[in-house]
Amino acid sequence: MQHVSAIREPLVTGGKTLHDVTQDICYQVEAKPNIRWIGAMSVALFFLGIFFYSVYRTLWYGIGEWGLNKTVGWAWDITNFVWWVGIGHAGTLISAVLLLFRQKWRSSINRAAEAMTIFAVICAAMFPVLHMGRPWLAFYVFPLQNTLGSLWVNFNSPLLWDVFAISTYFTVSLVFWYTGLVPDFASIRDRAKGPIAKFSYSMLSMGWTGSAKAWSRYETVSLILAGVSTPLVLSVHTIVSMDFATAVVPGWHTTIFPPYFVAGAIFSGFAMVLTLMLITRVVFKLEDYITLEHIALMNKIMMVTGSIVGVAYITEFFIAWYSQVEYEQYAFLNRATGPYWWAYAMMMTCNVITPQLVWFRRVRYSIGLTFILSIVVNIGMWFERFVIIVTSLHRDYLPSSWAMFSPTIIDIGVFVGTLGLFFTLFLLFAKFFPVINMAEIKAILKYTVDNGPTYSNNPGHHAPATITTVTPGVPASAPVTYDKHD
Amino acid sequence: MTKRFALGVFDDEDILLHAIDNIRSAGVKIYDVFSPYPVHGIDDALGIERSRLPIAAFFYGLCGLSFALWLQIYTLGFDWPMIIGGKPQIGLPAFIPVSFELTVFFTCHGMVITFYTITGLYPRFKTPVMDVRSTDDKFVMAIELDETSSAMPKLTQLLRENGASEVNQKEMTKK
Repeated sequence: MQHVSAIREPLVTGGKTLHDVTQDICYQVEAKPNIRWIGAMSVALFFLGIFFYSVYRTLWYGIGEWGLNKTVGWAWDITNFVWWVGIGHAGTLISAVLLLFRQKWRSSINRAAEAMTIFAVICAAMFPVLHMGRPWLAFYVFPLQNTLGSLWVNFNSPLLWDVFAISTYFTVSLVFWYTGLVPDFASIRDRAKGPIAKFSYSMLSMGWTGSAKAWSRYETVSLILAGVSTPLVLSVHTIVSMDFATAVVPGWHTTIFPPYFVAGAIFSGFAMVLTLMLITRVVFKLEDYITLEHIALMNKIMMVTGSIVGVAYITEFFIAWYSQVEYEQYAFLNRATGPYWWAYAMMMTCNVITPQLVWFRRVRYSIGLTFILSIVVNIGMWFERFVIIVTSLHRDYLPSSWAMFSPTIIDIGVFVGTLGLFFTLFLLFAKFFPVINMAEIKAILKYTVDNGPTYSNNPGHHAPATITTVTPGVPASAPVTYDKHD
Repeated sequence: MTKRFALGVFDDEDILLHAIDNIRSAGVKIYDVFSPYPVHGIDDALGIERSRLPIAAFFYGLCGLSFALWLQIYTLGFDWPMIIGGKPQIGLPAFIPVSFELTVFFTCHGMVITFYTITGLYPRFKTPVMDVRSTDDKFVMAIELDETSSAMPKLTQLLRENGASEVNQKEMTKK
């Protein structure tokens, strides 16, 4: 049997019926775009323009447009790449890991979080591809035979593992997301009035009818996808961390990188989910679906992963001292007290101190504070990657080649531009796709304890006792077995 | 070919589950049930067998793993052997990440393609449905009728007795 404790906070408030869910979530898909959406879209498109201009400069004039030099050959590009990939991880964590752990509260945020994953990975992919200098030769990273002979890619290289990890991650997330969307597209299709909407949602929903057999297979597929996505998401950031950890550069050559990076990824990802969801729930009036309880739960995950990250920072320092390797020790001292001390201080403040504020219930349940915290964490996590990458490189073994890195306007433009790209995609998603998984919300609706004000106005929906009044012939104590699947 | 169906519309999943049990034990064959979300326990009630997709997924995964190992061992070990950093040409530990990723890639895409194919999901211009409300808030049970719909009055009564809020008749053109 499925039991929901009476002291549990309801997952959906406002005494919603099944039809209310459809109505509330389809509303913004069917309505004309509101002024706030148009405003946000204009800003996003402006930044997208900056992206295209910066990419044009990068491609036309070459990588020299960026601030890289001989010593610091990786800087903003890889920082941004790791930052974006990390953000994506929260989406998969919500959609896959929380599904395996049967955390029902994920239902109202998983759709948007998965969308965030996909768009974040798109943004991330821009950086290594642009850094190639000649992106039209990007297919060289795949194991294709060389035109001059059979010279293959090097399967021993973490950079190549990354190619496989990111492409698998992107495509798997995409089909996972799309498969989840199909039943909801069918709901929109069956409500659609206009011919264009009817046609497009019919195409998108692929003839879904909600037949019992289809649902049975759908659940099997979701479960297996969650099962394979869970190790996948861990492997992706593990491999990203190996880009650094397998190098012999002091500050990078660290065995704790994989768990440290994965925790950091989930940390920053949840911060981004919070940023997006706090905006989405207000803009689309979804406060009944994304409740304060959801925000508090996400805050808690942010706190746990943030604390893991904090411990990792301290461990790195301890190990540098304990290893007695002079170069290792210098790399870390230089990080904290060298010319980039301010970036280090930024990272420590934002990532170690900020999440500890979440211990306070008042912070956890405050929308305003959570919003500020989530932005601060995102900034902190960006600086973490900057610190790891740039401070390790800029003072290497040979003091004569020490250098500093400063970004050019194009560096900044590409980064700010990907934010534009991300928000353009997200806003399009939020307008034309259902931002909340309707089918999943409907499935949990009956089992969430709801004492909302409209509770008594919806007889027969929440209280099992009323079934007897609605349907003569069904015994009130009729055994319903849910234990087979749940 | 046009088929006729009796459609029992239900408002609640628990009522639906009891109705399925009762109607099946009354000897009536249920054509299909359409619901806005997966109703837990409906597979057992309808006698739907457990999907074999997990088995398919396992074999897709196996294909992915074999392909990945073949690709790496063949290219680096035999086709164009190279000494990289003095390491063995076939260094299996270094092949683990790509093997894992390709296993996941094949498992996922193989299974999803199979799912879409066997369930008959492909982009369509128009989708005929039994009752448009079945993707919103109603649970629709379809029972196939013969040419004359002679069973309709009896089925209406049976569905009503088991808690259907309405009973309709629908003709569907099937390929």
